[in-house]
Amino acid sequence: MTGPTTGITRSHTLSVLVENKPGVLARVAGLFSRRGFNIDSLAVGPTEHPDVSRITLSANVVDETLEQLTKQLNKLIEVIKIVELEPGAARRELILVKVRTTAADRGQVLEIIQIFGGKAVDITHDTITIEAVGSPDKLEALLRLLEPYGVKELVQSGLVAIGRGSRSITDRSPRSERPKAMRLV
Amino acid sequence: MTETEQAPKPAAPHQTTAPAAARGPQVDELTGAQALVRSLELVGAEVVFGIPGGAILPAYDPLYDSEGVRHILVRHEQGAGHAAEGYAMVTGKVGVCMATSGPGATNLVTPIADAYMDSVPIVAITGQVGSASIGTDAFQEADITGITMPITKHNFLVRRPEDIPGAIKAAFHIAATGRPGPVLVDITKDALQATAPFAMPDEVDLPGYRPVTRPHHKQVKEAAKLILAAERPVLYIGGGVIKSGASALVRRLAELGNIPAVTTLTALGALPDSHPLNMGMPGMHGTVAAVGALQRSDLLITLGARFDDRVTGKLSSFAPEAKVIHADIDPAEISKNRAADVPIVGDVSEVLTQLLELLAEHRDELPDTAAWVEQLQDVQRRYPTGFEEPSDGMLSPQAVIKRIGELSGPEAYYVAGVGQHQMWSAHFLPFEKPGHWLNSGGLGTMGYGVPAAMGAKVGAPDQLVWCVDGDGCFQMTNQELVTCALEGIPVKIAVINNQSLGMVRQWQTLFYNSRYSNTDLKTNRVPDFQKLAEAMGCIGLRAEHPDEVDPVIEKALSINDRPVVVEFVVHKDAMVWPMVAAGTSNDEIQVARDMAPDWDGETL
Repeated sequence: MTGPTTGITRSHTLSVLVENKPGVLARVAGLFSRRGFNIDSLAVGPTEHPDVSRITLSANVVDETLEQLTKQLNKLIEVIKIVELEPGAARRELILVKVRTTAADRGQVLEIIQIFGGKAVDITHDTITIEAVGSPDKLEALLRLLEPYGVKELVQSGLVAIGRGSRSITDRSPRSERPKAMRLV
Repeated sequence: MTETEQAPKPAAPHQTTAPAAARGPQVDELTGAQALVRSLELVGAEVVFGIPGGAILPAYDPLYDSEGVRHILVRHEQGAGHAAEGYAMVTGKVGVCMATSGPGATNLVTPIADAYMDSVPIVAITGQVGSASIGTDAFQEADITGITMPITKHNFLVRRPEDIPGAIKAAFHIAATGRPGPVLVDITKDALQATAPFAMPDEVDLPGYRPVTRPHHKQVKEAAKLILAAERPVLYIGGGVIKSGASALVRRLAELGNIPAVTTLTALGALPDSHPLNMGMPGMHGTVAAVGALQRSDLLITLGARFDDRVTGKLSSFAPEAKVIHADIDPAEISKNRAADVPIVGDVSEVLTQLLELLAEHRDELPDTAAWVEQLQDVQRRYPTGFEEPSDGMLSPQAVIKRIGELSGPEAYYVAGVGQHQMWSAHFLPFEKPGHWLNSGGLGTMGYGVPAAMGAKVGAPDQLVWCVDGDGCFQMTNQELVTCALEGIPVKIAVINNQSLGMVRQWQTLFYNSRYSNTDLKTNRVPDFQKLAEAMGCIGLRAEHPDEVDPVIEKALSINDRPVVVEFVVHKDAMVWPMVAAGTSNDEIQVARDMAPDWDGETL
């Protein structure tokens, strides 16, 4: 007797293996907008298999919504496999951020970058452009510290993530994993 | 749509079926167009409904010679799409429609969406502008794969001739298996014109497509447990039962457990209307017994149904005491609207086969449902779907539809448009056999009727096919009667003419203070349906008085060499009852205006 939208939202990270074909990202993105799923982040790129691309998506949703989202994604013919990554998985984003600096505070900013393992990729007399990689939490903390100096420009990648340990979700090639191709009637 | 974007080229140097002799054995060098037609023959397509035009033109040349594929030239692409649906519904095979690029393709959008909502297996083949022109806003260019992405089960854009056979094979496979649905194959003009060695792959290569048909036995066991423990179980039968061919199994389950059943709009006939355990259609215009059965049930055995809002009414008050077993071939339907206590993913036939085996072993433990069945049958007796004859001597639309059914019998195929006449058809036609009822359930497409009836008649040429249409619906797609007349497709169309968009008018009566904004079609001899029918090469008949009804139906039934259109001029104030107003609880069902059923004081 539960409605599908009760309960509390949690952040989920899904890795979606898809056939590397034109239009597949449009199918996935179109599905989200059509079914009203709100996605926090989506990143797509190649994998070690040339025929397979991997979409990483994160969404802050209730469990029922996640279930429905996963099922709908699975209905897309070009979606091969969906794995929800465990909370301990390595999650990374990349940011490039241009921060206002003066001669007086440049040292402080460089120190912050160092602590966060970032890099200065460009310095002018009144800005530093910083590159940093990390978990969403860590990058958020970095941005909070940079805020007071004045963020002139910010660009951020989607989240990519990978499970820890020796197993791979693409370990067994999806091609050999699939049951024998279905014969036509 | 039939414009060509360039002067027709002289016939391609590669003649239709002549194999390129010097090549290896059995490998023919074919144009993409020839490959398309041969692929259609190989996958068993017998009929294509379509209209040619510039981008698809190369395909029509070899189609002209095909002995295996009959092309039926329709008058509007929407008609081609609905005809493919009608054909698919009646034959159980994949229906095929074909159109050119741009407007030809966009005219297919409505029937494709319709097939998607009602899970009808069709393949739509469209021509596309040359691949070098894609993205340039070329003449008659439309991104039809982009447009149909959300309304197809899958679609393909094919740019090379050698990819055509595989795409056609995959399209038919996807359309027909799992939860059926529409698949579109868009082929560029240059791919149709270029040549390649013809090779039909033995297998379809779809690593991400593995529909589950065999249910998890553990889940079926759980379902059996719930059934053994239930006191007021109800079989909630949806269109999936008909798609799966599970009617006989459903009947065995109903009879084994003495379980009352409801059949949704798309499932009418899955259990005979006359069966004592069939409480009728649930939902917004369902029977009191069916709606009451769901609301009072303690266990819904849901088979190939999807908890559509037209069935559930206000979801939070739907079947409040019921646990839910939900069996469906599409996992995404399960717990989409209503959480399932026992989800079962699988083909309904396989689910029922396993379930029946288990329950047969526990036959002695099956609950005694006699009192529950008797309660519902009592409601059914007290609240049959009835109607009042108009006092002014005009025809009652319900009586007309009922008479069509009585004189034509349950062997006939019945097709309806969308609106009041559709609901009255659902109430008063005889549904005794599965698959004999075709209508647009999910999308609610006015204009579905005539072309779908055309497709049904092509699929079942020796059977009687009636389309019960409204005057509004009929004016959307009646041009396909020209196709019927010229192609020898003698369908019978009953136009229930109440001179208005009746269902919308009913809502205006009930919810908008009888302010009839733009629902009066003034269909009083404009058009003159009888003359219109004659103009389209059909026989036109008309009945305006009760004593004319039987004679015109009998006359229509006696004509089998031409399509027949019978106009019934009916009373315009007739309404569809019972009714659960949109957004309200099923408990608020009214048997007539401001009249709630008397549940007999008990906690039925």
